[in-house]
Amino acid sequence: MQSAIPKPSPAGKILWAAIAIVGAWCLGVVALRRGEPINAIWLVTASIAVFLIGYRFYSRMIATRVLQLDPSRATPSVLRNDGLDYVPTDRWVVFGHHFAAIAGAGPLVGPVLAAQMGYLPGTLWILVGVVFAGAVQDFMILGLSLRRDGRSLGHMLREELGEVPGVIAMVGVLVLMMIVLAVLALVVVKALTHSPWGTFTVAATIPIALLMGVYLRFVRPGRILEVSIIGLILLLASIWYGKTVNDTPTLAALFDFDAKALAWLLIGYGFFASVLPVWLLLAPRDYLSTFLKIGTIALLALAIFLAAPTLQMPAVTKFIDGTGPVFAGNLFPFLFITIACGAVSGWHSIIASGTTPKLLANEGEARLVGYGGMLMEAFVAIMALIAAASLHPGVYFAMNSPGALVGTTAEQAAQTISSWGFLVTPAELTDTARNIGESTILGRAGGAPTLAVGMAQLLHGIMPGEGMMALWYHYAILFEALFILTTVDAGTRVGRFMIQELAGMAWAPLKQTESWVGNIVATVICVGLWGYFLYQGAVDPLGGINTLWPLFGIANQMLAAIALMLATVVTVKLKRQRYVLVPAVPAAWLVICTLTAGWQKIFDAKISFTAAAQKYADAMASGKLLAPAKSMDEMQRIITNNRVDMALTALFMLLVLTMLFFSLRSIVRAWRATHPTAHEEPYVALSSVAQ
Amino acid sequence: MEPNASAPRSLWQWAVQTARLCCGVPDYDVYVKHLREHHPERPVPSYGEFFRERQEARYRGTGGRCC
Repeated sequence: MQSAIPKPSPAGKILWAAIAIVGAWCLGVVALRRGEPINAIWLVTASIAVFLIGYRFYSRMIATRVLQLDPSRATPSVLRNDGLDYVPTDRWVVFGHHFAAIAGAGPLVGPVLAAQMGYLPGTLWILVGVVFAGAVQDFMILGLSLRRDGRSLGHMLREELGEVPGVIAMVGVLVLMMIVLAVLALVVVKALTHSPWGTFTVAATIPIALLMGVYLRFVRPGRILEVSIIGLILLLASIWYGKTVNDTPTLAALFDFDAKALAWLLIGYGFFASVLPVWLLLAPRDYLSTFLKIGTIALLALAIFLAAPTLQMPAVTKFIDGTGPVFAGNLFPFLFITIACGAVSGWHSIIASGTTPKLLANEGEARLVGYGGMLMEAFVAIMALIAAASLHPGVYFAMNSPGALVGTTAEQAAQTISSWGFLVTPAELTDTARNIGESTILGRAGGAPTLAVGMAQLLHGIMPGEGMMALWYHYAILFEALFILTTVDAGTRVGRFMIQELAGMAWAPLKQTESWVGNIVATVICVGLWGYFLYQGAVDPLGGINTLWPLFGIANQMLAAIALMLATVVTVKLKRQRYVLVPAVPAAWLVICTLTAGWQKIFDAKISFTAAAQKYADAMASGKLLAPAKSMDEMQRIITNNRVDMALTALFMLLVLTMLFFSLRSIVRAWRATHPTAHEEPYVALSSVAQ
Repeated sequence: MEPNASAPRSLWQWAVQTARLCCGVPDYDVYVKHLREHHPERPVPSYGEFFRERQEARYRGTGGRCC
């Protein structure tokens, strides 16, 4: 086996020692300096040093010893080259593609919510989590898929664990997807509630996308760059015109919706976007959102480096005791559930076993793409955390706390939040709202608006100007809404195909994806599933995010646990037991976190769905109404919603336990076997196929 | 001995190739070259046809993107 990695030189050793010392010093400053605010650059430098060291040492160990990647071995793209799906591609192109596919709203939202415990717990979990769990998962699943003709996660689970666990895991993925779509759509609802400016710009993306779709199809087929530039200019124009909409009462009234109405609009939109031909609406929005996403992440990085903000949030707040307003629950396990994407995200295992393994020209490059790509995403999460922590903590809590806890006026909110120890005046809250061109900043949970205010303040600090902050804020909101909505329509479509496949087992005609009946029935089911949770979030007493984000976190970490269990099973099956702890430790950690969080969400006296349902049921029994319910019917609905969430949590726990059982069974069998039993494709030398 | 047929030769080419791939459209020239070498009997699609086929394929249901 030839090694692609050169031996370290003395100069190299000195360099790595220097990186380690700088990283340790910065991390020490971040962790230990108390009482005086620190600059974000310490955090950025510490993170980069940790990423470099993790990449240089740990990922190399995984590449050479655990996965035993072999640069002389032909990859699926070379063996099955068809110029379309399987194409040997330059590694940096694959890296860019992979990063664009894994980066989404997740790493931007989770860390913002977790900032209620201070910036330190979130930072530490992102850094440790990505090096030992998240990047390991992405890299190992990519490595496994590379050795199996680029097969999908579900396929590999069926092969290595058995038919039954494979099907169970796929049902889990479908449920997870519905929760992901509902929670992400809720983030958009929270950002756009009674915000005519924001709603107008997001609505404007629909005609813009239709125009782009027609242009790409009939006027200049396939000219993506051209049409994306046209689309971008129109989008910027819509942000600019949004101010006029906001300032003109007759126009503003047309785009001023409450949470319920927005939820219905999104449900309707999701239906049409996934039923219409993809070239008309879905694809052009996808292109715009992909480019805007990368551009905005770059802009955020630039803003943080240039503005070098001071972190105003304390390193650790009192809310590590589980009494925080943004999400309920103790640091363990809820910090590890709240920050999923950015530290470890199960969803990535689907991407890492999707298109990426069909593009890599050489096994040796999997380390850069799989492990390196995830480190990039962790860096995005760190930046989101910095943007949130650089806000005035009073403003942060005003935006992210439910109205039921802090009140619905600036005076009440300022008073409550000041009583928590984060001194803030009502004027500071109303000024912030006015600066960003909104009527209020209260009750804007979900991460996106907080990040948008953080970004707007950073960018405004670099490029000051009258009214500019409102433009930056709405730009940030638009870009987040745009890529969340793209996820919603593409996800609805994928969900529709999954449902059609499952339904096709019962009645064959439903399977035909070309048939209109099957198409519409499956789409209605799919939209209905996530729409139910979205609507539930819109009418939730605690604002929705507080209730639904833990469900999303549990589901996402559950999938990560399943992926890492697969990696553990395969490591043992290959008789590389010496290294079994590499995937087994993060797998065990995620199993513990998801099961503990699930348990508390069902049985805890304060934070469980059960307790919430009981509270409303008791009030109902004594004939009382509890806010925000305005009638007994609404009371009943809140009770039902909480019971559904309870059942869903129990389902997730059952899924984790079942998969744990099947994994342990496979591990025991493989451990006893005297020879490797994994289903790898046979070795083919790269030199024998390459043209 | 160059398996990497689609290696970009400049930063601009790299950016274009990555951007197109992010939209699910692989390199057209590489595909044409592949067709000519391995399937000379098949007709070579125009870029427009190639683009449409790839656009449909991207949303056929196997893909997915992250949260």
